[in-house]
Formats: sequence, C-alpha cells, structure tokens
Amino acid sequence: MLELQHVTYQVQQDDTDKEILSDISLRIDEGFVAVTGPNGGGKSTLAKLVAGIIKPTSGRILLDGEDITDLSITERAQKGISFAFQQPVRFKGITVRDLITLAAGRDISVADACNYLSEVGLCARDYIGREVNASLSGGELKRIEIAMILARGTKLSLFDEPEAGIDLWSFGNLIQVFEKMHRQINGTILIISHQERILNIADRILVLADGHIQADGTRDEVMPQVMGGPSTCSVLTDKL
Amino acid sequence: MDAIEKQLLAQVADLHEVPEGAYNIRKNGESDGRRSTANIQIETKTDKPGIDIRIKAGTRRESVHIPVILSQSGLKESVYNDFFIGDDADVTIVAGCGIHNGGDEASEHSGIHSFFIGKNAKVRYVEKHYGDGDGNGERIMNPTTVIHMSEGSFMEMETTQIKGVDSTDRRTDARLEAGATLIIKEKLMTHGNQVANTHFTVDMDGEGCSANLISRSVARENSRQVFFSRINGNAACNGHSECDAIIMDNASVSAIPEVTANHIDASLIHEAAIGKIAGEQLIKLMTLGLTEQQAEEQIVSGFLK
Repeated sequence: MLELQHVTYQVQQDDTDKEILSDISLRIDEGFVAVTGPNGGGKSTLAKLVAGIIKPTSGRILLDGEDITDLSITERAQKGISFAFQQPVRFKGITVRDLITLAAGRDISVADACNYLSEVGLCARDYIGREVNASLSGGELKRIEIAMILARGTKLSLFDEPEAGIDLWSFGNLIQVFEKMHRQINGTILIISHQERILNIADRILVLADGHIQADGTRDEVMPQVMGGPSTCSVLTDKL
Repeated sequence: MDAIEKQLLAQVADLHEVPEGAYNIRKNGESDGRRSTANIQIETKTDKPGIDIRIKAGTRRESVHIPVILSQSGLKESVYNDFFIGDDADVTIVAGCGIHNGGDEASEHSGIHSFFIGKNAKVRYVEKHYGDGDGNGERIMNPTTVIHMSEGSFMEMETTQIKGVDSTDRRTDARLEAGATLIIKEKLMTHGNQVANTHFTVDMDGEGCSANLISRSVARENSRQVFFSRINGNAACNGHSECDAIIMDNASVSAIPEVTANHIDASLIHEAAIGKIAGEQLIKLMTLGLTEQQAEEQIVSGFLK
C-alpha cells in the first residue's frame, strides 16, 4: 500500500549537497513494520517524507497506488496517513479533549475520548480537560500523541520513536499498547524504534543507516544482524 | 430594544433577557432598565454620569449585571460606576460595553469603574468589550478600573476584547492591603488597523498580599498592541505578571514590564513572550487533516479560550 520509488532527500550543508536518504525504494503492505538503525541514519526523514512534512529531492511516493508525492500534509492526512511525532507539540489553551476530537475528525463523547486515553495508560478523568502545555511531562505528551493516532484510526500510522522521552517503567505499559495494535491491526503501522521489545513484535524490520536500507526482512532474519556480531555499529548496540 | 441592541447585549453580557438579580442597563447614554435587590442597591450619581452600586456586608452568591450599549453613531460618553462591596460578601459582577457604529462619526465610551472591596470579601468581575457595525465611524473604548482591596479580600477580574474595537486604552490600578489576592486575566485580539494599549499598575502594600496578572493577546493584520505592567512590592508579597502574545501578519506588539521591590521579602516575577504561531503546531494539526487556515484558527481560539 505504501511505496517509495527511488526516493532521495538532500540538504544543503556548508555549500555542498548532503544526502540524507539515497535512492530508497521499498514497498510496505499491511502489517507492523519497524524501522531501526543508528541516529542520523535517515529514519525520521523517511517518516516526514511519507507524512508530507518535507518533499523528496527526487523519487515518488505512492499510497494505494496513487502518487502522493506532490500532495500537502493535510491532503495526505485526509487520505489516511497519521504521524506521531518524536517530540510532541505543546499548545497553550488547547485541551487534551480538543486534540482527541480534532484527531477523530468528528464530535466525540467524553466517554469515547476517555477510551482512547485509557488505551495508552492515562487515567482519562485526570487528563481530558487539561491543557496540552508545559505542565504535562514528556511521557504524558507521548501518550496523548499516541492516543490521537488511535482516535484517527487511519490505514497508515507512522510512529517516530514512541519510546523516546519515556522512562523504562512507563515504557513497559506502553509496549502493551503496541502489542494490542499488532493483534488488532487494521492497516499498516510503520514504527521507528530502537527498542528490542518493539522490534520483537514487528512482522518486518528495516535497518536504515547512512541513508541506505542496510537490512530488510523478518525479525528472525534481521535481529541477529542488529543485535550483535563484530561488524555491528557500536552506537546501535549501545542503543539496544 | 431592537435586534442590533439585543445582539450587543448578548455579546457583552451573555444576556438574552432580563438578568436575574440586580442589574442596570445603559443604552445610548440613558438608563434602559434597573433593578436593585434587598442586598444590592443601585443608585444614579448626582454629581456626574454613572451609578453607585452598594453591596451589603455578608451578601452571598448574588450577581450584578451592568452592561452598556451604544448603537447611536457619534455618541461620546464618560461614565463613573463605583462599587462598594461590604465585608465578607461573595458576588459576581458582569460589566461590558458593546458599540454598534453604522455611521461615519466616532462613537466613544469611557467607563471608569472603582471598586472598594471590604475585608475578606470575594469578587468575580467579568467585563467584555465588543464592537461591530459597517459604518466608517471609529469605535473607541477606554475602560479604567480602580481597585481598592481591604485585608483578606479576593478579586478575580476577567477582561476580554476580541472583536471590533478600533482604539482602546485600558487602565487598571490596584492597591492591595494585607492578605489580599488579585488575579487579572486579560484576553485581547486586534485586527485591521486597531490600536490597543493596556496599563496595569499594582501597589502591593500589605503583608502577604499577592497579585497575578495574565495577559494573552493576538495581534493580526496591521494592528498594534502595547502592554505595560507595573508591580510595586512594598511589603512581603508575591507578584507575578505574564504577557503572552501571538503576532501575525504585519502587526506589532510591545511588552513593557516594570517590577519594583521596595521590601526585602517582596518576590516579583515578570514573564513576557511574543512570537508567531510555531510552525510545528501548524504541522501537527495539519497531520490531523486540518488545512493550514483551520489549524491557525484552532490555535488562536485555544490560546484565547
């Protein structure tokens, strides 16, 4: 359903072109797909290209066979792409309920909004009326970000490092959310992560490093390469 | 009252009919209805335009509405309203001014409200300013609020001006005795070529008093806003002021804080932030399917909520 054809993304750095992603071609059908690899390898760039936040220097992006390369963020969202940011955004005055309602795209009852919050391990009653501002912790914001994706219920959901900024204790609960998503999957989940427990539930793992796909396969095929071996990048093993 | 006047009344006082409790409605410079209650007396001033509102000590959970509407183009008036709030009272006061100017002459309303708040009394004061009308005449409002707070009293003031006022000079002066608490929340939006100046001056004279001034504003198009806040800590006290503004288009916003501590235990803080809507906020809402314009509207209306 999601297809990248020869996608390259360059930026200008010190008057030279630096390639963040180089000629990436891949096809992702339904299922739970994890993208991993060292920091700076191009993972977040890939997600932003799919969501339309940045445009590729060259190459095409297709959703269900339709070329969406030139569509705006809004148009792609309306076609069924959701994106949970690595760094959630704060809003003064906008409440958790407002955001969940906007995500759902329709007026939803307090009970419905609460259900989405409960799914991500937040006690809904305490959060529904709170402003999404600096009074919320990084972990709370990440959960709200994920609740918005649940409320949207789109066919393609992108998650950029949902574990970043969440302490290990809380992450234990959060992993269950993704395990449940995996069981009840309805469409495609593309999740950028360094967490072994997330990689473990993925149907397919892509390793992105230096702007190239270094490995692509099932967990059993890819995990041994990722987890060890003398040739593995030390930054990556530290992360895992 | 005609449809335009009813609409103004709804905008400034959320009133669709005669309110409960005490009220005084001023329309085009004249009284258009008044009711006093057993605890709240409203009387016309004899020396200048305006009214005296006297609230008996111990009055509980009562309200006073004193909206002003101007629908006659070219009318200029200064009105003095004095509130005498007895000790231990707990009341809500709703004021506000709506101007509809369909003509070419400027309409101007200057409301000077003085509050004398008794010991341990609690006041919630809400005022809204609103203008409309398709004439070329300017809509000018200059509200002045003078607050005297006795020991242990509490006042929360919400002042809102969202639409349609061409020029406004808003002054609030307060003096706090021991243990008094003052909270002021201002919400302001300007557009077109509007000009808005806000001046807050708070003298914190009594031990243990506290003040919190919060201003949120949005300046669009070619409008200009200036926010002055001055807090003088003359005793052991806690003073905080915060000016948070979103700037759009070709607008201009200045925040000019002044905090002065005249006592070793005066603790005073000022925060000011002015900036355009963060790009990441727009992007986040666009990834939820909103257009850029819808995202902007959501952010602005949330900010001023």
